[in-house]
Amino acid sequence: MTCISPIRKMLAVASAACLWFALPAQAETDLHATYLQQRVELPPVLSNLDTPPDDLGIAGAELALRDNQTTGKFLKQKYTMDVIRVDIGGDLMAAAEQALATSPYLIIDAPAADLLAVADLPAAANALIFNTSAADTTLRDTDCRANTLHTLPSRVMLSDALMQFAQSRRWTNLALITGGHAPDRSYAAALEHSAQKFGMKITARKEWLFDADMRRNASQEVPLFTQDLGDYDLLLIADETNDFGRYLAYNTWLPRPVAGTEGLTPTAWSPVVEQWGAAQLQSRFTDQANRRMAPQDYAAWAALRTLGEAVTRTNSADPATLRSFILSDDFELAAFKGRPLSYRTWNGQLRQPIPLVTPRAVVNQAPLPGFLHQRNEMDSLGLDAPETKCTAFQ
Amino acid sequence: MKRILPALILAASPVLAEEIWVTNEKDDTVSVIDTATMTVTRTIPTGERPRGITFSHDYSRVYICASDSDTVQVMDPNTGEILHDLPSGEDPEQFVLHPNDRHLYIANEDDAITTVVDTETRKVIAQIDVGIEPEGMAVSPDGKIAITTSETTNMAHWIDTETRELFANTLVDARPRHAEFVKDGTELWVSSEIGGTITVFDVETQTQKAKIEFEVKGVHPDRVQPVGFELTGDEKTAFVALGPSNHLAVINAQTYTVEEYILVGRRVWHMAFNTDKSLLFTTNGVSGDVTVVDVAKRTPLQTIKVGRFPWGAALRPTPD
Repeated sequence: MTCISPIRKMLAVASAACLWFALPAQAETDLHATYLQQRVELPPVLSNLDTPPDDLGIAGAELALRDNQTTGKFLKQKYTMDVIRVDIGGDLMAAAEQALATSPYLIIDAPAADLLAVADLPAAANALIFNTSAADTTLRDTDCRANTLHTLPSRVMLSDALMQFAQSRRWTNLALITGGHAPDRSYAAALEHSAQKFGMKITARKEWLFDADMRRNASQEVPLFTQDLGDYDLLLIADETNDFGRYLAYNTWLPRPVAGTEGLTPTAWSPVVEQWGAAQLQSRFTDQANRRMAPQDYAAWAALRTLGEAVTRTNSADPATLRSFILSDDFELAAFKGRPLSYRTWNGQLRQPIPLVTPRAVVNQAPLPGFLHQRNEMDSLGLDAPETKCTAFQ
Repeated sequence: MKRILPALILAASPVLAEEIWVTNEKDDTVSVIDTATMTVTRTIPTGERPRGITFSHDYSRVYICASDSDTVQVMDPNTGEILHDLPSGEDPEQFVLHPNDRHLYIANEDDAITTVVDTETRKVIAQIDVGIEPEGMAVSPDGKIAITTSETTNMAHWIDTETRELFANTLVDARPRHAEFVKDGTELWVSSEIGGTITVFDVETQTQKAKIEFEVKGVHPDRVQPVGFELTGDEKTAFVALGPSNHLAVINAQTYTVEEYILVGRRVWHMAFNTDKSLLFTTNGVSGDVTVVDVAKRTPLQTIKVGRFPWGAALRPTPD
């Protein structure tokens, strides 16, 4: 075969041997991103069965970086990433300033308040930030920022997915048990919002106030605790810190399934997702990280792959160019969920199917059949254009 | 009596003695369909997660990608016995047999590599770095070009089969699944599952010549996902499997437009023609069956139950 002349090639790129002779000097497109993590203190929990991995999120970003680098080598595009981890009590703003001095692309793994403080830095005015760890619905609503996209689903996307499932099973009467931490209450609020959206009834609510160690006496405490919930079809659990939820299943007064943060769980990603080529992503992740892929890993992977896909299609590393391409109709991310993923133009949220999983299987995937939408069925999950109070994207 | 005789001769003629071999991804078996009776006559055990399947030119051997066994198995199609394994690299998914009947070009899905194996010496003769999750494989009729498509890198990688190096990499829409050289090797077609398109390349220049788009009534465009496809003998018509939309598209290969859609089983993957290309057999992954389509009438004729998650399909004319 002969080398391809630059005029004929268009999108084709000659192999290395041909390249140097056949092509005029062509500037490489380099994209550098920073993964910026604010470490947080986790409250104590009853069971220490599941400790979060130290590289949670980071491993997902690293996998996407490698995916991008492989693609990039065929297109003369280079991808690099720094990981900056700020200790509890450390100076996140200084770290963010430092990161923004080298690159406008930030993957932020931090609580909502920290994320907003970074997004509002003057140096971040022209940055492109990906939120990969804060599920707060307000970040897609009143607290949205034009420079910030969200690859992790919001809590209402998750609760909408669960309510679609409950409704499809005709489990319309729900009971809700909420933990005492702020994220638990946010999760419960999302469930309340979605129950109303899909015409479901939460007929009983209780707060988990025990401080006993449930490993010894769940079988004695939980039946009594759930006795006064009355009759219901499905027990919802809002326990994001994974404190007490695991002890509720099979111990309720009435024999009822549990869902929410325990039992049947709506999630961005789970190791049990295997359809739509997901098995390949899972095995590449496990080969690299020696553990299974968590939702935050997936969100970080999707963020960096979004950048990679945008660079591939635009051959640009300019943040304004990439942002406008990412928010356009032409953008589509193949992300192992059976449909092309894209971003909502009204709040920067990545629209995506939500698997409903148990620890051993995908039970279903939302949007469920029958939940229609005039634009895209995936927009039946989370804040839709008419309901969001986000104006930063207009 | 005399009048019926020709029909009887036809029924017994060798043309009709043929089989469709279907790999069952989640049963670790091959289902062999006798096209005369339209029944599964044999179910043959294979390695783990069999996907790609192809026969040697004289049909004396069948090659099977046993993805999770990390090998290509070579089977005697008469006995169903595994003769030997070929070193395939990790996680072989699809492959293509070079016109020389000797070199297999194999996509190693987990490794971002295309492996070239000599089926006679049973040795790996080359490994070529390609994009993430290589899958679709094709070779030009003259044997000079091999193609690997990579699902996450979203490219067709053009391999010079003499130097075994890449000479071009062309972007396509998201998640390219299948590639075929058509029209005497002047065109390369690549299907993109998530992009929902087939890109037609001019092989001479490796540039895009046309893009085929699909629209199935009552199915959201996101669910219309082109995967496997085949062209009729005159290459005027293409049949395209559209995955979870549960339809085949019938394409006019001259105008690159869809002429009609045919309802088949659930999550249709790949397909194979019978010898005279009057019938088409599609593998329907989720419903675990094969739909038989009348090519001239463009209608489904019947459904044949096979194993769990049928994936690949290949024709074997049987001597008798």
